[in-house]
Amino acid sequence: MSLIRGRTGEWEVVIGLEVHAQVIADSKLFSGAATAFGAEPNTQVSLVDAAMPGMLPVLNARSVEQAVRTGLGLNARINLTSVFERKNYFYPDLPQGYQISQYLQPIVGEGEITLDLPDGSVKTVGIERLHLEQDAGKSLHDQHPNCTYIDLNRSGVTLMEIVSKPDMRSGDEAAAYLTKLRAILRYLGTSTGNMEEGSMRCDINLSVRRPGAALGTRTETKNVNSIRFVKQAIEYEAKRQIAVLEDGGTIEQETRLFDPGKGVTRAMRTKEEAHDYRYFPDPDLLPLVLDSEWVEELRRALPELPDARKARFIADYGLSAYDAGVLVAERETADYFEAVVRGGAGRDAKRAANWIMGEVFAALNRDGIDLAAAPVDAARLGGLLDLIADGTISGRIAKDVFDAMWDSGKDAATIVEEKGLKQISDEGAIAAIVARVVADNPTQAEQFRAGNEKVLGWFVGQVMKATRGQANPGVVNRLLREKLS
Amino acid sequence: MAVDRTTVAHIAKLARIRIDAEQQDALTADLNNILSWIEQLSELDTEGVAPMTSVVEMRLPQRPDAVTDGNCRDKILRNAPETMHGFFVVPKVVE
Amino acid sequence: MTRLNELTIAAARDGLAKGEFSARELAEAHIAAMESARRLNLFITETPERALAMADAADARRRRGEAGLLDGIPLAVKDLFCTEDVLTTAGSHILDGFHPPYESTVTANLWRAGAVLLGKTNLDEFAMGSSNMTSHYGPVESPWRRKGDNRPLVPGGSSGGSAAAVAARVTAGAIGTDTGGSIRQPAAFCGIVGMKPTYGRCSRWGIVAFASSLDQAGPLTRTVRDAAIMLRAMAGHDPRDSTSVDRPVPDYEAALSGDIRGLRVGIPKEYRVDGMPDEIEALWRRGVQWLEEAGATTIEVSLPHTKYALPTYYIIAPAEASSNLARYDGVRYGLRVPGRTPTEMYEATRGEGFGAEVKRRVLIGTYVLSAGYYDAYYNKARKVRALILRDFTEAFESVDVLLTPTAPSTAFAQGEKMDDPIAMYLNDVFTVPANLSGLPGISVPAAMAEDGLPLGLQVIGRAFDEETMLRVAHVIETAAGFDAEPAFVAGR
Ligand SMILES: [Mg+2]
Ligand SMILES: [Zn+2]
Repeated sequence: MSLIRGRTGEWEVVIGLEVHAQVIADSKLFSGAATAFGAEPNTQVSLVDAAMPGMLPVLNARSVEQAVRTGLGLNARINLTSVFERKNYFYPDLPQGYQISQYLQPIVGEGEITLDLPDGSVKTVGIERLHLEQDAGKSLHDQHPNCTYIDLNRSGVTLMEIVSKPDMRSGDEAAAYLTKLRAILRYLGTSTGNMEEGSMRCDINLSVRRPGAALGTRTETKNVNSIRFVKQAIEYEAKRQIAVLEDGGTIEQETRLFDPGKGVTRAMRTKEEAHDYRYFPDPDLLPLVLDSEWVEELRRALPELPDARKARFIADYGLSAYDAGVLVAERETADYFEAVVRGGAGRDAKRAANWIMGEVFAALNRDGIDLAAAPVDAARLGGLLDLIADGTISGRIAKDVFDAMWDSGKDAATIVEEKGLKQISDEGAIAAIVARVVADNPTQAEQFRAGNEKVLGWFVGQVMKATRGQANPGVVNRLLREKLS
Repeated sequence: MAVDRTTVAHIAKLARIRIDAEQQDALTADLNNILSWIEQLSELDTEGVAPMTSVVEMRLPQRPDAVTDGNCRDKILRNAPETMHGFFVVPKVVE
Repeated sequence: MTRLNELTIAAARDGLAKGEFSARELAEAHIAAMESARRLNLFITETPERALAMADAADARRRRGEAGLLDGIPLAVKDLFCTEDVLTTAGSHILDGFHPPYESTVTANLWRAGAVLLGKTNLDEFAMGSSNMTSHYGPVESPWRRKGDNRPLVPGGSSGGSAAAVAARVTAGAIGTDTGGSIRQPAAFCGIVGMKPTYGRCSRWGIVAFASSLDQAGPLTRTVRDAAIMLRAMAGHDPRDSTSVDRPVPDYEAALSGDIRGLRVGIPKEYRVDGMPDEIEALWRRGVQWLEEAGATTIEVSLPHTKYALPTYYIIAPAEASSNLARYDGVRYGLRVPGRTPTEMYEATRGEGFGAEVKRRVLIGTYVLSAGYYDAYYNKARKVRALILRDFTEAFESVDVLLTPTAPSTAFAQGEKMDDPIAMYLNDVFTVPANLSGLPGISVPAAMAEDGLPLGLQVIGRAFDEETMLRVAHVIETAAGFDAEPAFVAGR
């Protein structure tokens, strides 16, 4: 258990997360308007989304399917009857004056997510529920000195609200939860989980208590939009609450905002009167009833999810748990890895894993791009690994070839050909160079013969230098030993 | 359950309806009158009765996911009291 | 020949078919009638140019042999239906200047059948009322007068403008909406036929919502046959309304066979309420007699939760309305009263934009849904509603239709019953149960009361069995032979 030491003793931080994830669908939850990101203001708005008088909601079948598939991916209970309710409140970007959401009867009930923590331990975090709801529009406060602009393009877009149990105890655990949740959503294709575009947003419910004591009063920090910010907000808010309590104060149950610039949370400036959302079943809609056979069909058609894929990578490819965990964290990475390994006969899975986690990740990081945009695709990386395996190039040369592939987009064989980087394995040619190098350096030869093994490495270096690195290192080693003995 | 002037002011606030002092008195009287009349429902035993969810015996229809609507900004904005650059405009929101 | 504005829909249809007059002539007669009746304040918006254009188009269609079910028939539309590019107000200040960029499904269906829009009729604000006194555009005056009394009377409400226009022969047919009796009660007060179809029969898309689980559109006409003709054109499945039912629309007119032999008519004993005038009781007995004479059997049935229907309604309808009316906030359409913050703007706009009755109901609705009261009020009402529906379901195991009075009194004078909301609400005591249970109901003018005003009888049918209900209503209409005319008839 991770505890925080305060001035007066230890504290436990209790964290629950509410994640709003935009569902992948072409049209909105209750209207046929488009959902694409970045359109001109108010162009992806139907009469329904603008809450014109007399307009009525009609449910998007894909949104329902996506929510059920997500629930199945979270090992959660699917509720065959769920109810859309109205959450009533006034806000300029909420045209209806209510949000259609689910309250007493959500579409998905309890489930769980398994986290692999950085220290190698495993932790299960409970899912309380998942429900479908409409997104609101967007308010732009900084376009005009005394007006707010309203864009309803997002109004009515399908969100899944995924509520965890208060099972997390640190910012690291929260980060691991969000990473894993996002991976599951992406594997399922139910959400892009893209926090920068606002497709995934997180509210943090946080309280602190003495170890073993009853739950403390919590605050809710709203709309934190990156995993790094979530960690920062948690660390700040936990310390703030502990400081307040240690100074004899009390925590107010309130909504707070995270200021990414300053790394702090602050209470919202407008202290509204206590919310009273007056939820009631939306009379424009009937209860949503699902067929259990349909749910089972979706269950059978579910793709392999990260946990299962990791287990398979360990069993089938002999990867370490750590490597398998890293590779499955993103579906794209795992797909890339498998494409490399399966792309040619006899490819070494461990070598493929090492190359992806080493060279490929480093290059992606350096260029700040995704795997999808990588100039070295799975087929090309596979070609490179084949050249190492058949001895055409050495591992060291391969790194230069990789860089050249990355820069030029050419395949490995072409680059090796163009630059004449083929490994020299001809014993006669190498033997001649070895003989010359030994003859030119009698002092070092004497040292080796006197028992200084380290000098062998220096000789190898000299030979490689003379062959511009293309000599087969195994052959060089053997011939040097023969010559020097 | 009688309502007083404060309660009436609170629900008027929730409903975002400005009412002046005189209206507040009249509404308090009206609401009490109506609520005490409604109160007769409490004499009915509804133990075990499932609340009615719908009068129509049918399943909630679902539509296929297709873009069939939108792209009608003029229709959306045409009736608005104030717009700028394709946006609806309201007094500044302070958060 | 009868003046064109006094024809029934069926007669006008037949006259047009025979070429006795054109749709344009028919429209012109109705426009003149509309103008002559202005002092009754029936219309919020008159649309004579549109009417003439639509009539000309109807004549052209007829020449091409493409006439629809209602081709060339002028109709009045309650100003709760959104009509494209025609001011739509819901009788409220808060929808000032609102010109919908869309057409409601029901009106679109009517225009597709060839009907002609005369104008948008006055109504109680947001359909909340039984008197038509709550309209921002002023009260509607009934064309009727009490015997020996010249005080202006209410037409009933909320579809009062539509009912009065039909009674005054400004139009042969009009459409209204009925949430708790808003078609049937004004029809009874005005001596005409008013029908609320089964919930889900007519699409609610494009109708300004009052209480979504109760609202239903329906026709107001002078005959049962006309109501049958109109319903056929109005009804039908609409995929844009999730509560619209996908069932074929029958030829309702064909159901008016006059033959009700062997039909079982239920007389709900709980509808004998305290203080009901003797003459209404007597009319009800006469109705039983007419039906028995036509070969039906009448059976006393029990609807034990009847007395709880009205209080149940006055929880559910305001609760839904409080949420439905949240969209009127001055941001996207209608009235905006400025404020320094959005909240100030909302409160000012809604404070000024809503009238007293709307405020009352929105506040009641907000209260019954608010934290701590939801179970005691709203959820309780949903349970009682389930019991009320069960009463009907059980009664319909042994009968085919129910017969009741439509309203507990005749029309009252403008200004009467105004200071006591509950006295006003009691107008709907016989009509509300059908809304709560989604059942179809129709009011037929059946007699004149002592005070010289019409009285109606109500037939309630099984869900989606408007045909049997209409057949019974037609038999009552024939037996009653109601032919009284209001003090004011347009064009005379
Ligand atoms: Mg939330
Ligand atoms: Zn939410």
